[in-house]
Amino acid sequence: MTEKKEKIPRQSMPEQTPEARKSNFEEVPYGYSPETAMLEASRCIQCKKPRCVAGCPVGIDIPGFIKAIEDGDFASSIRILKESNALPAVCGRVCPQEDQCEVLCVIAVKDEPVAIGRLERFAADWEMEQEKKELPEVAPPTGKRVAVVGAGPAGLTVAGDLIVKGHEVTIYEALHKPGGVLVYGIPEFRLPNQIVEYEIKNLEKLGVRIETNVVIGKTFTVEELMTEFGYDTVFLGVGAGLPWFMGIPGENLNGVYSANEYLTRSNLMSAYQFPKYDTPVKKVPKVATIGGGNVAMDSARTALRMGAESIVVYRRSRNEMPARIEEIHHAEEEGIEFHFLTNPTRILGNEEGSVTGMECIRMELGEPDDSGRRRPVPVKGSEFILDVDAVIVSVGTGANPLLTNATPGLELNKWGYVVVDEETGATSIPGVYAGGDIVRGAATVILAMGDGRKASQSMHFYMTGEEPEPVSEE
Amino acid sequence: MSPPGTLFRSTGKGALPEDLTERREKRVYKIKEKVSLAHDVHSMIVEAPYIAKKALPGQFVILRYGEAGERIPLTIADSDPDDGTITLVFQEVGKSTMVLGGLSAGDSLDDVVGPLGVPSHIEKLGMVVCIGGGIGIAPVHPVARALKEAGNRVVSILGSRTKDLLIMEEEMVKASTEVLLCTDDGSYGKKGFVTTVLEELIEKGEPIDQVVAIGPVPMMEAVSKLTKPYAIKTLVSLNPIMVDGTGMCGACRVTVGGETKFVCVDGPDFDGHLVDFNELRLRQRMYLKEEREAIEAITYVGA
Repeated sequence: MTEKKEKIPRQSMPEQTPEARKSNFEEVPYGYSPETAMLEASRCIQCKKPRCVAGCPVGIDIPGFIKAIEDGDFASSIRILKESNALPAVCGRVCPQEDQCEVLCVIAVKDEPVAIGRLERFAADWEMEQEKKELPEVAPPTGKRVAVVGAGPAGLTVAGDLIVKGHEVTIYEALHKPGGVLVYGIPEFRLPNQIVEYEIKNLEKLGVRIETNVVIGKTFTVEELMTEFGYDTVFLGVGAGLPWFMGIPGENLNGVYSANEYLTRSNLMSAYQFPKYDTPVKKVPKVATIGGGNVAMDSARTALRMGAESIVVYRRSRNEMPARIEEIHHAEEEGIEFHFLTNPTRILGNEEGSVTGMECIRMELGEPDDSGRRRPVPVKGSEFILDVDAVIVSVGTGANPLLTNATPGLELNKWGYVVVDEETGATSIPGVYAGGDIVRGAATVILAMGDGRKASQSMHFYMTGEEPEPVSEE
Repeated sequence: MSPPGTLFRSTGKGALPEDLTERREKRVYKIKEKVSLAHDVHSMIVEAPYIAKKALPGQFVILRYGEAGERIPLTIADSDPDDGTITLVFQEVGKSTMVLGGLSAGDSLDDVVGPLGVPSHIEKLGMVVCIGGGIGIAPVHPVARALKEAGNRVVSILGSRTKDLLIMEEEMVKASTEVLLCTDDGSYGKKGFVTTVLEELIEKGEPIDQVVAIGPVPMMEAVSKLTKPYAIKTLVSLNPIMVDGTGMCGACRVTVGGETKFVCVDGPDFDGHLVDFNELRLRQRMYLKEEREAIEAITYVGA
């Protein structure tokens, strides 16, 4: 039986050719057909003690939803997914499954792992196409009120979890559109905005109220939420925020962007559709993106689609790149050139203050540093100049002090991130919980969602005294 | 008080708005009043009760007229917590502000968020000179008023290119102890720049404890240059290009005393003697070409 199953190879998803996709913003892979999905699902051997589940930050019943797909019962499949995951269409696309669930798949010992992420995406997309949608059951009102600060992955998870438990949930979002990094950061070709809107609409249908244009810390304080507006618990999921620059000369020249700015302009503000949309982003012949993470890949691939020759400059080697392999692979296929072991030392400009080039220095790998990766060391006298017209700096973000400064009593660590109890997500203020990047620094969508899941269970317990269910079961 | 956002509150569970578009249609940020102050310069009173309640002098909002609009930062020129309104003054400079200029009372804005930025530092110092240049008179207004209320002698210098462009004189008379006027062409008040008037004050030996200057970059730079040798503390309120306005993107970065600051979270007020005005001026010009392109695009559509 097992042998027969192993003969079916891991099914690939059809995708746009690199040639076609590098000049459009449409999603790269098309997703599975029902037949392919069922075939892929049949590769799962339904382990009694599934290791994959342990790798999932939100503890999805992975064999369960895959079995339903294999049986052609897609409705059950999405129902199972939604028991643990408020945003399956998002996670199916952007989770690093290769480091989480799929890496633990027992089949991977001899063969390629079951394509858990692709199957999750299939089930979520299938549901979106159905006219009639099943909504989870909402428990009777508890009379408790929850404020969620930030409509990103962590906040949306908390909202989805607590609304079905019968609490009254309001999400406060600083931007004009909910979704957080899912709408301002991750580009259309990787995660279409329509999908995020769909997931958010579902939350609204369940009764979640979303108030955009509210900056907690400015428009209202956390204290006001609790005292004046009567929220019983507050979840802080405000994201990371302040982009880091490198502190090299020329960083304030015109044409130097933080990745956050470049992506916000093109995604949230639709600058790729300028002048139909009013917000511009510089369209120039050659763009360098500095950094090796997923955000850097998103930036470089966006610049490419804006018509630029797009290069990535990274100070370590390919092996140390934190980006998902799939993203690096996609970027390379599209013709993005990588300059490894290269570090910028200075950005050059003209009298109008615009970027004309970037001086870099070659690096070599030395002894391992704190992160366990070999530390890049400059090679003396190896400076050279890259001719570029814009630079996107994607070297990480720091904690945004906007909310934390306005919240006395909230304990922060030395980097300005919120200190929480690891088990519960509780902050130093009773009733106030936190998760995602404002706790971890820059991490991933799914880790933020995992934090949200943990926090929502503790918040429910705090409000009702009902014991939380364990996040992932054996 | 009911929780914020009761504007959207449904009468019962399950009857919530279907989607965001429908919500937008509720037209939350209504324009109560709009007047033209000068050529291409408008004043708008906008319903934004929560912002009106919190707004302090020196703070700003970010608004979008609609789906295609840019996020535009505008300093709050006045706020009325009882009426639940804020006053915004703007000049038509690009496509988004042109569209905004075309709206009238009764229309609504899609988005207004705030109050953002660090409020101006208000304390009793003695004598403060508040300088407003052109459109900069609007943001200097609440600062002058607050400084006067704090017990300062507030001498305001208002300047513009020509008489028709000098806005909010009446409001500034109320907000100040004394008002001095000047125009570049001499059509109103003294002929000359705000720096001409300020220099006279300094030379007269007026005991100036602080200067607050808000206006075009060259004006703020000239004022800062003038006061520096006299060591008169000079605050300027910067207006760079912004996107989110909450510290997330860094579009508004500016060099102050050799350090990079984000105007949206560290400012907008900075020590004028430390600001790199040249860099600020270049950064403000970053999208001139694109601005023209956007305006041409609507001109063709409208033709």
